[in-house]
Amino acid sequence: MARTPVVTGKVEDLHLIGLTKQFATMTAVDSLDLTIPAGSFFALLGPSGCGKTTTLRMVAGLEDPTAGAILIGAQDVTQLRPYQRPVNTVFQSYALFPHLDIFENVAFGLRRRGVKDVKKPVEDMLELVELTAMARRKPGQLSGGQQQRVAVARALINQPDVLLLDEPLGALDLKLRRQMQIELKRIQTEVGITFVHVTHDQEEAMTMADTIAVMNEGRIEQMGSPAHIYENPRTAFVANFLGQSNLFPGSVVGRESGFVVVSAFGTTFRIPTSRVATTGDSVVVGVRPEKVTIRAASRAGEPDPGRNSLTGVVTDASFTGLSTQYLVRTAWGQELQVFSQNLSADDVVRLGEDVALSFDPSHTFGLDGSEDLTAGVDKELLELGHVVGGGDSSVAVGG
Amino acid sequence: MPAIVPTTTTTGSVEATVRRSKRSTPYVLLLPGLGWLAFFFVVPLFASLATSLQVPIEAGNPDGGFTQAFEISNYTQAIAQYWPQFVRSYVFAGLATILALAIAYPLAYFIAFKAGKYRNIMLVLVVAPFFCSFLIRTYAWKTILADQSPVTQFLNFLHLLPDDRILNTPLAVITGIAYNFLPFMTLPLYAALERIDFRLIEAGNDLYGSPWTTFRKVTFPLSLPGVVAGTLLTFIPAVGDFINAQLLGSIKDKMIGNVIDSQFRIVRDYPTASALSFMLMVSVLAIVFVYIRRAGTEDLV
Repeated sequence: MARTPVVTGKVEDLHLIGLTKQFATMTAVDSLDLTIPAGSFFALLGPSGCGKTTTLRMVAGLEDPTAGAILIGAQDVTQLRPYQRPVNTVFQSYALFPHLDIFENVAFGLRRRGVKDVKKPVEDMLELVELTAMARRKPGQLSGGQQQRVAVARALINQPDVLLLDEPLGALDLKLRRQMQIELKRIQTEVGITFVHVTHDQEEAMTMADTIAVMNEGRIEQMGSPAHIYENPRTAFVANFLGQSNLFPGSVVGRESGFVVVSAFGTTFRIPTSRVATTGDSVVVGVRPEKVTIRAASRAGEPDPGRNSLTGVVTDASFTGLSTQYLVRTAWGQELQVFSQNLSADDVVRLGEDVALSFDPSHTFGLDGSEDLTAGVDKELLELGHVVGGGDSSVAVGG
Repeated sequence: MPAIVPTTTTTGSVEATVRRSKRSTPYVLLLPGLGWLAFFFVVPLFASLATSLQVPIEAGNPDGGFTQAFEISNYTQAIAQYWPQFVRSYVFAGLATILALAIAYPLAYFIAFKAGKYRNIMLVLVVAPFFCSFLIRTYAWKTILADQSPVTQFLNFLHLLPDDRILNTPLAVITGIAYNFLPFMTLPLYAALERIDFRLIEAGNDLYGSPWTTFRKVTFPLSLPGVVAGTLLTFIPAVGDFINAQLLGSIKDKMIGNVIDSQFRIVRDYPTASALSFMLMVSVLAIVFVYIRRAGTEDLV
């Protein structure tokens, strides 16, 4: 069905310049410089308390920055009140007006700006979010997913320059969340407005966003396309928070054409120079669990000199259908994670078996040696002693 | 207990007994309240209804006792004679309610949204007048509003008083009522405002509502249950109040409560007093019913 675009208007870049927010006891956002390109789906990803929501609230005008400026295009909006800004928010728990029906909730912004005929735009917007039949219901009578769409419609109808989404899918169950991720992405493509999306869910961020900024302790750790930062993490925090990583500390023993050679626990690894985030001699070697090939030592034969190789013993294997997740204890006692796709039945490696691990140098990355290898690992998992990020046991055992 | 298929008759009857006692629990809990209501409301209500239709045994002599005659004209005579006091009661109570609302709403708003750590102290201060008797507080207002009091002199200095005085004028009665029922207005308003999710107000601001517009379109509608509860808790007792008119008003400011009081205690014309009480109750009920329907609170969360 061909639909006329519901939202048509100028869209401009959003600039944050030296944006800082200090609360009494802590600095929530620390001198943030950021340009969010017009029309992009931008995700601010980070754990709770990293300052992402505070950043969003400052853009919305609901929080006053301690220092810095917010510009939309060339217009400085830092001093404008929330209702004066060309910015709308989809709130975490939707914050729909319980005393107004769905139609009036969606019409709220238009009416406040004195738009005379709201019927047509509201109906178009309800059609966009597929809630035409619900126009006269009250928010309390709608399901979580429907309320979420109303919240999006209520914000979008105002054709803001920037739409802010604060953990918009947090209250939904997993299945619905997947569905809404696709839905939000569709709406964004359709309307072409800049979406700034705040979330702690890395999968959600990667599914929807064109650009992800990983935030930690009020600063941006790394920014780029989901695939780029996933493949090229520059800090241990990003390596662990965005997906999972095996990390082991080592030191540079040589530099050859395009590669840095690092020795860790007596094993040498080759890393492409462009994938090493430091020029120092202390380097953390990292590799994603799914990049590692696992073979039973008995069937592995001679290691391929072109690949990074090591050996170990399987200490845990869990079959998830799509893949098998192994924990492999290395000679120096660190447990590495390996995800192996279930391609054929004779690939299966048994618990307790000696294995040879190998991975392509181009899949290997190097981080600064001073990094905390547990940064970005879920604290509760650390306390349970689970090795999910992979890097922690090297601190406990190998360090 | 048809749903139960007992394995033996013994267990079946035990289960049935347990279920029966479970079902009766709510009624047992209601019993004291219902008993109280029956003895101190329903019985007096009917006694009063019966009295309102009686006539004196000896015409013109209330001390000679009364007899039941189902005399409907008691009502028409009472209303013909005392309608000005009826009207005055409603006007005074209505104005006092509006005044109390105007004072209590900003106060409740402040306590709910701005008071921070002082919130509990402020709530205690709202209730604090209850530590002192209603009567004594009203007497204190006699002093506060007296002709030589600083309040009166200051307002006179500004030429704000049409009669050059407050005490013994309708103004004194209305402000007295508003003062006395202020906590009843403030507390429900506070409860309603405090429940409002602050993110709704932020959403209003985010959607181009200035603070004032957001108040009109979001905060106030969401506080309506509190407004309705507060105005009812003020208006209903205020209509029947006679202390304020007695102590703060002149002879010309008598309310229906004063008439009923004197009919019972001084004139001892019990049928007229009962008829007036009955009409007062029915008319208040009618007004409350219409008001709640108009306010449409059943649509609110």
